[in-house]
Parts: sequence; C-alpha cells; structure tokens
Amino acid sequence: MDVTVLLFASYADALGCSSTTVRLPAGATAGDALSLIRGMPGAERLPTAPLLAVNEQYARPAQPLSPGDKLAVIPPVAGG
Amino acid sequence: MRTALVRHAIDSASLLAEVTRPANGAAVLFVGTVREMNDGRAVTGIEYTAYESMAARELDAIVRDAAAAHDTDDIVVEHRLGTLDLTDASVVIAVGHARRAPAYEASRWIIEELKRRVPIWKLEHYTDGTREWVNAGTGAPR
Repeated sequence: MDVTVLLFASYADALGCSSTTVRLPAGATAGDALSLIRGMPGAERLPTAPLLAVNEQYARPAQPLSPGDKLAVIPPVAGG
Repeated sequence: MRTALVRHAIDSASLLAEVTRPANGAAVLFVGTVREMNDGRAVTGIEYTAYESMAARELDAIVRDAAAAHDTDDIVVEHRLGTLDLTDASVVIAVGHARRAPAYEASRWIIEELKRRVPIWKLEHYTDGTREWVNAGTGAPR
C-alpha cells in the first residue's frame, strides 16, 4: 500500500521535501513508515521518537496504516 | 465559539467584542506578540507555518474542551500565520464568562494547550541575518 508522508518545518528542511510517498506491506504501522523515512538522506537529523500523526490525529508508532493514509512527522510544536 | 488560522493582522478589539454579552461579567483578552529577544538572540521577525488542516482541528478541539470545562460558549481564538514583525500579535484568545475566575482559567489553559499540541512552527529571523526553527533541538512535547 502507498502512504503519503508529510514533513514540516525543521524536518522538511532536514529531508529536503515536504511530502513523499512510501510503499509498505499490508498491516504496516506508522513506525514502519517512519523506518523507511529514516533511510532518506538527511534523516539522521530526526530525533529518535518524533511525534507522529495519522490523518491529522496524533498517533503512536504502533498504529496500523491503511492505503492512502497521511502520516505526518511533527517537529516540536512552537505555536503561540 | 470560533477559531481561525489567519494570514492578516488580528483585530483583538473585534475578538473582544465577540465575547462581550450582557450575561458576562468578565472578558479576558490574551494577546501573544513577537518579542525582540529570544534565548539571548535579537529577533527581527518570526515566520509562522502550520500543518494547517490538523492545526485547525486541534485548535477547535482545545476550544471545545475549554468551553465544556468552563461552561461558556464565548471563546474566540485566532492564530496568525506568515511573517510577523516585532510587536505583531501572533495569537489572540478572547474569553467571556459570567465570572472572572473561569474566564482567566480558560484563557490560560487554552494558550498552554495550544503551545503543547497545535502543529504550528516558528522560524525566527535574527539581526545577524540567520534563521532558526524554534524548539527544533528539543525533544517531543508528549
């Protein structure tokens, strides 16, 4: 299945893009998708456990993904 | 109740007017502004970006929770995105309530939750021409 991965702010700068698509086996989790992202150049600048969101809701790495899901890797937020 | 992410100057007086009603004995207005110094570095401006669809959802959820917890529907929050200059308002929270204590509490809770979980980021611009993402080197907030 294909999953869209969204990157923002410092993470988008680190990986040089704001979104990418990863192909995963059925039953894969948010953490599995993150592992693929870690293979990208610049990903060594990601922390060990970045915040994740699936379809705009905060999610744990164990959350299963479905085809077409949007996985966001969320840098430390700094609103206000 | 109303929340918005905006790309124009926030009119805090109009937000205050939105939560002002005869039933309310208090209105609390919080205005977050761009400060000239951060961690000892001279700031010239801040560029705010967001995961906009999720930020809108989170902000809305926070305000709904605050409204339910404090028994008032008179809450309006606007957060600005884009490039802001010193003293510009980045966020404005207006809370109207029959009583001042819950108005203050709701206002404080909303800004703390916003800072904890709404996916918005700041790229600070410094007087020496450099730019840096705020909190980029810190751990996850939750």
